[in-house]
Amino acid sequence: MNGKAAAAGMETGGTEGARRRGLVSGFRFEFDPVSDRVPWWVPIAAVLAALAVCAVFIAANGMSPLAVYGKMLTGAFGTRFGLTETLVKTIPLLLCGVGVSIAYRISFWNIGAEGQFLAGAMAATAVTIYLPDLPAAASLPLMTLAGIAAGGVWGLMTAVPRAYFQVNELITSLMLNYVALLLLDYVVFGPWRDPGGLNFPGSPMFTAAQSLPAFGGTRLHFGLVFALAAVLLYAFLFRRTRWGYELRLIGSNPEAARNAGISLNRQMLLVMLASGGLAGLAGMAEVSGVAHRLMYGISPGYGYTAIIVAWIARLHPLGLVLSAFLFGGLIVGGYSVQTIGLPSATSEMLQGAVLFFVIAGAALGRVRIRRIG
Amino acid sequence: MRERVCEVSFPTDKGAAAMDLIIQIVAAAMSAGTPLLFAVLGGILIERSGIIQLGAEGVMLMGAVTAALFCIRTGSLAAALAAALAVGAALGLLHAFLTVSMRVNQIVCGLALTLFGSGLSAFLGRAIAGQPMPGAVPKIDLPFLEPAPVIGDLFAHLDALTWLSFALVIGMHLYLYRTSWGLHLRALGDSPQTADVMGIPVTAFRYGCVIAGTMMIALGGADLLLVFSPAWIEGMTAGRGWIAVALIIFARWNPLRALLAAYFFGALDALGFRIQLIGSNIPSYFLKMIPYVVTILVLMYLGFRNRGKPSGSPESLGVPYIREQRL
Repeated sequence: MNGKAAAAGMETGGTEGARRRGLVSGFRFEFDPVSDRVPWWVPIAAVLAALAVCAVFIAANGMSPLAVYGKMLTGAFGTRFGLTETLVKTIPLLLCGVGVSIAYRISFWNIGAEGQFLAGAMAATAVTIYLPDLPAAASLPLMTLAGIAAGGVWGLMTAVPRAYFQVNELITSLMLNYVALLLLDYVVFGPWRDPGGLNFPGSPMFTAAQSLPAFGGTRLHFGLVFALAAVLLYAFLFRRTRWGYELRLIGSNPEAARNAGISLNRQMLLVMLASGGLAGLAGMAEVSGVAHRLMYGISPGYGYTAIIVAWIARLHPLGLVLSAFLFGGLIVGGYSVQTIGLPSATSEMLQGAVLFFVIAGAALGRVRIRRIG
Repeated sequence: MRERVCEVSFPTDKGAAAMDLIIQIVAAAMSAGTPLLFAVLGGILIERSGIIQLGAEGVMLMGAVTAALFCIRTGSLAAALAAALAVGAALGLLHAFLTVSMRVNQIVCGLALTLFGSGLSAFLGRAIAGQPMPGAVPKIDLPFLEPAPVIGDLFAHLDALTWLSFALVIGMHLYLYRTSWGLHLRALGDSPQTADVMGIPVTAFRYGCVIAGTMMIALGGADLLLVFSPAWIEGMTAGRGWIAVALIIFARWNPLRALLAAYFFGALDALGFRIQLIGSNIPSYFLKMIPYVVTILVLMYLGFRNRGKPSGSPESLGVPYIREQRL
């Protein structure tokens, strides 16, 4: 169904398809149904509009929206600590965001980055539990590989049903998020719980040999290198390689791609292996670089936020970096408003509203106002 | 997850015990399946008009939190239901405007609805999380049914919303297959071009279906909160909206099959709880996975069985209609 939808948006060209929307005092609104160009200011306007809408709900909660937004802004970007925290949150968002972007490029709706993230985090932790005494030179690469592999396999569990059984990938990827979350709860409350942790639902703390190095005494860790490398690879893949060209072809016209001899099923599996692998890597980086253990609630919904990150960036590499940083700030800002009594869901609400206005803004960008007569 | 229908009785002879267990499981399946049923019926109505509605999870959450807020503030169930329906209508209007008029990508629009709905419902429900509802949905007692062996046990004391769901199933079935408007709707979902040529108002019809269907989905959320698990908990739908989306495929866009599909999944939902009750060693986390895993397996089985055959899906599902566009 996604292929059809994509193809339908691209069939006719030019402004002949432009549709008259009505007459307003000498001006005419025209609607170009096929253009997908989006002016650069739309994402910015979308963020502002989302802030305005959520201000209503914050005010209804008895708080001053300006004070709340001010608190969020200074909490996320205003201090050295806040800025580092924002960068720390940017890492998983960027890795998952690049991951889902690759899948969205071929219109494969992977919304399972959350589950793939958790699978990666659990696999990396499994290495520390079952092979506890490895030196750093062995344990960190092994954890990285385990994280990528587990995320990739979790992604394949979505791609295989889609490729060979025509199962809608949205449903499978989301169902698998719940499965991964329950699996996480099982291991942290059950077999992997730290015996010396006073019943805290988490694995034993990682040793130094199992932790990614941090930069200069801050909490910012080596995962940043992974994330930036992933963005560069992503940009290179789609601009300069044959595989990237094939994927772009599938994205714009799957029928033509099939006729050109590209196996859609095979590409779907490869793409989901990569997409899930990146989310799995994010999970590994989070347990090894930030939390230094696997614990209950290890992800505040990175996988879901990554969907918004990818969409607001319109899958563009540089846009991904910027939007991941912005949403990292939103998560950190969300923590800082909890101190003044707002629920943590404030930032979730904002994230959803931003996505809404981004897609509405993209559609509004196609409306033209013309003077007539 | 709490369970309402779980009066464990201790009958004496074995045959009656087995019968009792079956009745209990069916009753539990109906109880857990009714919220799903509302959502599936709403989804069928929307998808029959050719629009994909993936916002079910967010809409159900919004329906549930609105019902909870109004139920606690006003103490009136009618107000709670009306508010949930109004929120459903508003979200449906938003989805219809964006997908039908602005022709944005229907998948992304639904995702946005889900993400926004989960965030907003958690934000709004923060203050009332865990508070029990002041009233219960009234039960409709039918004492003349009581002597009937199985039917009496199942139907004599059902709540009003469950009866409403039965009425909706029958009403939607008659509408789709026995009225000319239903024929128009099915034509619209398969080929909006043809429908347009025949003089059916495509845009108005799609708006109507999306709004009415989203209201039903919100009602499913309200039912989940008021009948099945009467206290607001953040994210309490736990993927039921997505399961409902899957059940539309399972039900082949048919309201009567939707009833069976929803109760089958209601039974799965209840099953995990029941296995726990009899004291098994399986950790509860794995039992809770059953509905999610079975959803995937069932969809894979259907895909395998129907490979190369039509799935029953409306043919223009997900394709925005542009009158001037060449085919």
